[in-house]
Amino acid sequence: MRILKALIAVVALVVVALVVAQVPGGQSLIGIVLPYLAFAIFLGGFIYKVVGWAASPVPFRIPTTCGQANSLSWVKQDKLDCPSTKLQVIGRMLLEVFLFRSLFRNTNAEIHDGPKLVYGSSKWLWLFGLMFHYSFLVIILRHMRLFTDPIAPFVHNLEFFDGIMQVGAPVMYQTNVVFILALGFLLLRRLALPYLRYISLPADYFPLLLILGIGISGIIMRYFLPVDVISIKQLTVGLATFSPKLEGQIGTIFFVHVFLVCSLMIYFPFSKLMHLGGVFMSPTRNMANNSRMVRHVNPWNDPTIKPHSYAGYEDEFREFMVEAGLPVEKELPAEAGAEQESKTAE
Amino acid sequence: MYGTGRIIPALAIFLGFMTFAVWYNAGQAQQPPKPEKPKDYKECVAPTEYMRTSHMVLLNEWRDDILRNGGPRTGVTANGTSYTRSLQNGCMNCHNDKKKFCDTCHTYAAVKPYCWDCHLEPMKEAM
Ligand code: HEC
Ligand code: HEC
Ligand code: HEC
Repeated sequence: MRILKALIAVVALVVVALVVAQVPGGQSLIGIVLPYLAFAIFLGGFIYKVVGWAASPVPFRIPTTCGQANSLSWVKQDKLDCPSTKLQVIGRMLLEVFLFRSLFRNTNAEIHDGPKLVYGSSKWLWLFGLMFHYSFLVIILRHMRLFTDPIAPFVHNLEFFDGIMQVGAPVMYQTNVVFILALGFLLLRRLALPYLRYISLPADYFPLLLILGIGISGIIMRYFLPVDVISIKQLTVGLATFSPKLEGQIGTIFFVHVFLVCSLMIYFPFSKLMHLGGVFMSPTRNMANNSRMVRHVNPWNDPTIKPHSYAGYEDEFREFMVEAGLPVEKELPAEAGAEQESKTAE
Repeated sequence: MYGTGRIIPALAIFLGFMTFAVWYNAGQAQQPPKPEKPKDYKECVAPTEYMRTSHMVLLNEWRDDILRNGGPRTGVTANGTSYTRSLQNGCMNCHNDKKKFCDTCHTYAAVKPYCWDCHLEPMKEAM
């Protein structure tokens, strides 16, 4: 049922785009006004979110430790899973951001006869997640052919390698195939596994379906209902140079594609997709586990309240502690002690 | 805000990436393509609007039809113009200057058809 809500939302977006593209002026609304608006909301929302996170204090040092912490010299530290220096944290973050290492470490728990609990490695999510993200990146970079004039040099290399199989005309891009396969897997995973279906919300399905919609509309536009790429590029380069013009006949499918992309940009900052910024901001990943070496001061602390060490505490309360028979590290001064004894003797 | 020293530069880099197209294009003269149309002929093998969007589909169909199904090597448009269904001897017969026709659009759209690895582009007669 929860996927139905998300599906209805995406289908509704497609229908809105189809209708608006037919109305006079609708094409410039979707082709010119909406992209600017959506991009502004995307950038503004992104910064707003990141600044909001940055303004939240981190009271404790809370890295997730997944290995042996830095300890005695003969105990081998797990430097990437329990980093204690800045450099190690950078290493951990790079592997996380570029290779999704925490997903690589994903495990799967199963109950066998016995009953016996068995943990196994589970790399599918990692593999398809990685495939999805990298093909999405290549696809976005490849789109720069429509936004740069003269073309940015890296686009030629991407175009060449992405179409290296030379299948059909217009040539098939491998990333398109990988992208749809990976998205399909990520969606089916949520639907097929009962425990994942149980925890999946419309907010989990909606981005998957929306991105799938973007991918499918793009593929239809390129291979099945070809559009006039030259007129489109005149519009898109116009957008990038703040002089957009809509000329020539551009197929409706283009407006559906753009409308879905704009919806994604608007939705992005206010959804789980913000993990794009969040992965860098998450204190469980970007902090060093060095709380035994460096004092982490809670930024909430009132600076007028000075720290109170145990030695200071004992200095303050030594008399009372001795009186109550509590062990102290430093005995009372001798004559004071003598006085004390004579008092008790009385 | 905490960690301003790291977060402000990081956000600046992010904005730089996101607005790549804007500053990359700034100050560059745009060159929308003006393919030079053949003077001796009035119409293409299919309606112009179709050719603009789907000429590669058509070429692919011709290739498969001729080489795999033994399809005809000539065709006639609805208006009676007859043409050769061929890349080298058809398209390039009318569009005889590849640089001024095909390439203007393709350079603009960053497409590099691999067809010319094997097929030959028409030579200038003056040569
Ligand atoms: C009006 C501009 C225009 C003209 C003129 C033009 N093309 Fe194209 N052509 C394009 C565009 C745009 C694409 C890419 C479409 C896409 O990426 O979806 C393309 C793609 C192609 C492709 C597929 C390339 C690939 O690898 O995907 C072939 C083949 C092709 N054109 C052949 C030709 C030939 C041959 C001529 C000259 C007779 C020609 N075109 C003239 C705009 C044009
Ligand atoms: C009989 C001669 C002839 C042949 C053969 C021919 N064309 Fe054309 N083509 C023309 C003419 C003439 C025009 C201009 C039509 C117009 O202005 O409406 C044209 C227009 C085009 C356009 C649109 C250009 C624009 O700026 O809108 C493309 C693309 C194109 N041809 C590609 C091809 C391809 C690819 C082939 C081979 C499959 C081919 N043509 C074969 C004569 C021909
Ligand atoms: C590996 C070399 C090679 C490449 C690359 C190649 N072709 Fe061909 N093509 C051939 C050969 C060989 C024939 C057969 C010629 C014949 O029998 O008339 C042919 C025939 C054709 C024909 C039908 C007959 C004719 O005279 O044109 C078409 C159309 C065609 N190719 C289009 C294309 C297009 C479009 C591309 C690029 C997308 C392309 N070819 C790329 C080798 C190639």
